[in-house]
Amino acid sequence: MTTTPASVTADQIFILLRDWLAGFLPAGLRTAADVVLGVIAIVAVFPALFALTTVFERKGLGRMQNRLGPNRVGPYGLFQPIADGIKALIKEDVVPLRADTVVHFLAPLTLVVAVFMEFAVLPMGRNMALVDMDAGLLFFFAMSASTELSVFMAGWSSRNKYSLLGAMRAIAQMISYEVVLVLSSISVVMIAGSLKLTKIVAEQNQYSGQFPHWYVFTPWGVAAALMYAIAATAETNRSPFDLPEGESELVAGYHTEYSGFKFALFFLGEYLAMFAISGLGVTLFLGGWSAPLQSLNVIPSWVWFFAKVMLCIFVFIWVRGTVPRLRQDQLMNFAWKFVLPFTLLDLVVTALWRFMGQGWLRWIVCTLILAAAYVLMGRFGLREERMGRRSYRYAE
Amino acid sequence: MSPVFYILAAITLAGGLAAVVLKRLVHCALAVTAAFAGLALLYLQLDAQFVAFAQILVYIGAVAILIVFAILLTRGSDLPKEGVFSRTWFVGLVIAAAVFAVLAWTVVQSLRGVPQQTAVPAVAVRDIGNMLVGRYVLPLEIVALLLTAATIGAVIAAMHQKEGRQ
Repeated sequence: MTTTPASVTADQIFILLRDWLAGFLPAGLRTAADVVLGVIAIVAVFPALFALTTVFERKGLGRMQNRLGPNRVGPYGLFQPIADGIKALIKEDVVPLRADTVVHFLAPLTLVVAVFMEFAVLPMGRNMALVDMDAGLLFFFAMSASTELSVFMAGWSSRNKYSLLGAMRAIAQMISYEVVLVLSSISVVMIAGSLKLTKIVAEQNQYSGQFPHWYVFTPWGVAAALMYAIAATAETNRSPFDLPEGESELVAGYHTEYSGFKFALFFLGEYLAMFAISGLGVTLFLGGWSAPLQSLNVIPSWVWFFAKVMLCIFVFIWVRGTVPRLRQDQLMNFAWKFVLPFTLLDLVVTALWRFMGQGWLRWIVCTLILAAAYVLMGRFGLREERMGRRSYRYAE
Repeated sequence: MSPVFYILAAITLAGGLAAVVLKRLVHCALAVTAAFAGLALLYLQLDAQFVAFAQILVYIGAVAILIVFAILLTRGSDLPKEGVFSRTWFVGLVIAAAVFAVLAWTVVQSLRGVPQQTAVPAVAVRDIGNMLVGRYVLPLEIVALLLTAATIGAVIAAMHQKEGRQ
């Protein structure tokens, strides 16, 4: 390490700050205080980031669609989220008369709680993981799987056809793409040999010369990262996979019947899920908090983590501004006929990579297999099916 | 036993009980999810991270969703008119008690076979993985085969319905 003490201090500033704050308490309470301070940091930082991202997204989309975006509240429309937040807080909370009140109330809460839990295991900088679990990756997926039920609770309890249809679509989509999400991360687990996220980052935080050993810079890593990105987009219900809340068909999907602050909670949950899944993608494939060049390690590790997460968020926004929405059958075909087989093949290639030892041969073999499979599947697997006359199942 | 255990046990039992007594099927499904979550937390309290997270992933992420789908696709979500208690509830109770007795007896018997350990063994996820593909690879493969058969069966059932329609 060539880092100077000043850069070490900058790197560990939040840890030092936490220890300094905890130092005011008696020794017996310090461990508890550390945990509470960590939780407060997560609960404060990510919603703040969410507020900034909403402006960033609306500005970015505006730019891509040749318009201005929000520009009335504050300089460049930067205070728009504050205005939106106040509006959401003082709006009337409308609950449908026939709704299932308890479930209707619980749905947004369970969603946001489960999403916040996901951040607990993400290493956001050197020594900056709240809980360094042995089964961290599994914990993340367990939490993200339990958000599905909240979506169902919201859709079912609203007593609204659009809500229920939106919830069913969301669940079908989340289940299909969750398989891919988990399988594409398994190839990383195979190489790193651990489910511990800090260990996965430590494995990637090595350099040959200036260049880092990030998993995205290997043939299997590129394939897995791409599949992960597709699955992550679908898992967070982002465009082009935003059928569960397709405005033109379903009003707003499962949160049609939510207003005021409960709607704001759903909105928050959606963006937090985006941050969490980007954070996991960064940890798995983009080297977590490690710098892209060895000489750039003087910049604090947490800067790199958040920079990479925001880069992923930008890609999300970019894709949303570019690609039209899929149809339901296209969505399912894409998941089960292309993404899943390709991810399974990538698992085999990863095993091959692991057992071919060092050397250049494995680079060529693995790249060739993946490229050939990609081309063949694109040619034959996703070939446009010949469309016959349209038949209506129920309307005849 | 710590107070945490009693809280978790209360959540689990209340969830299980609510799943039986509540009227609406969807409420029952949600209650059973609470019971699953309570069980997962109990595993976590026993320091079995892997089992706990697998429990959440499989039972809350998949089984509960499957139950919910089954309820919604079969019109079971309508409120039953004649109440939820079946006339043969006593037989059901006897059968449930018998199953519980057999399971409890097996668990108590198996305790005798395990040597008494004073120290809590530290089991890492890595060890579980090694055991699964090492010593217990045959049961794992059998389960995998069973699941594959079930998947193929589901696909065939779905295909058959499509042909019959045309």
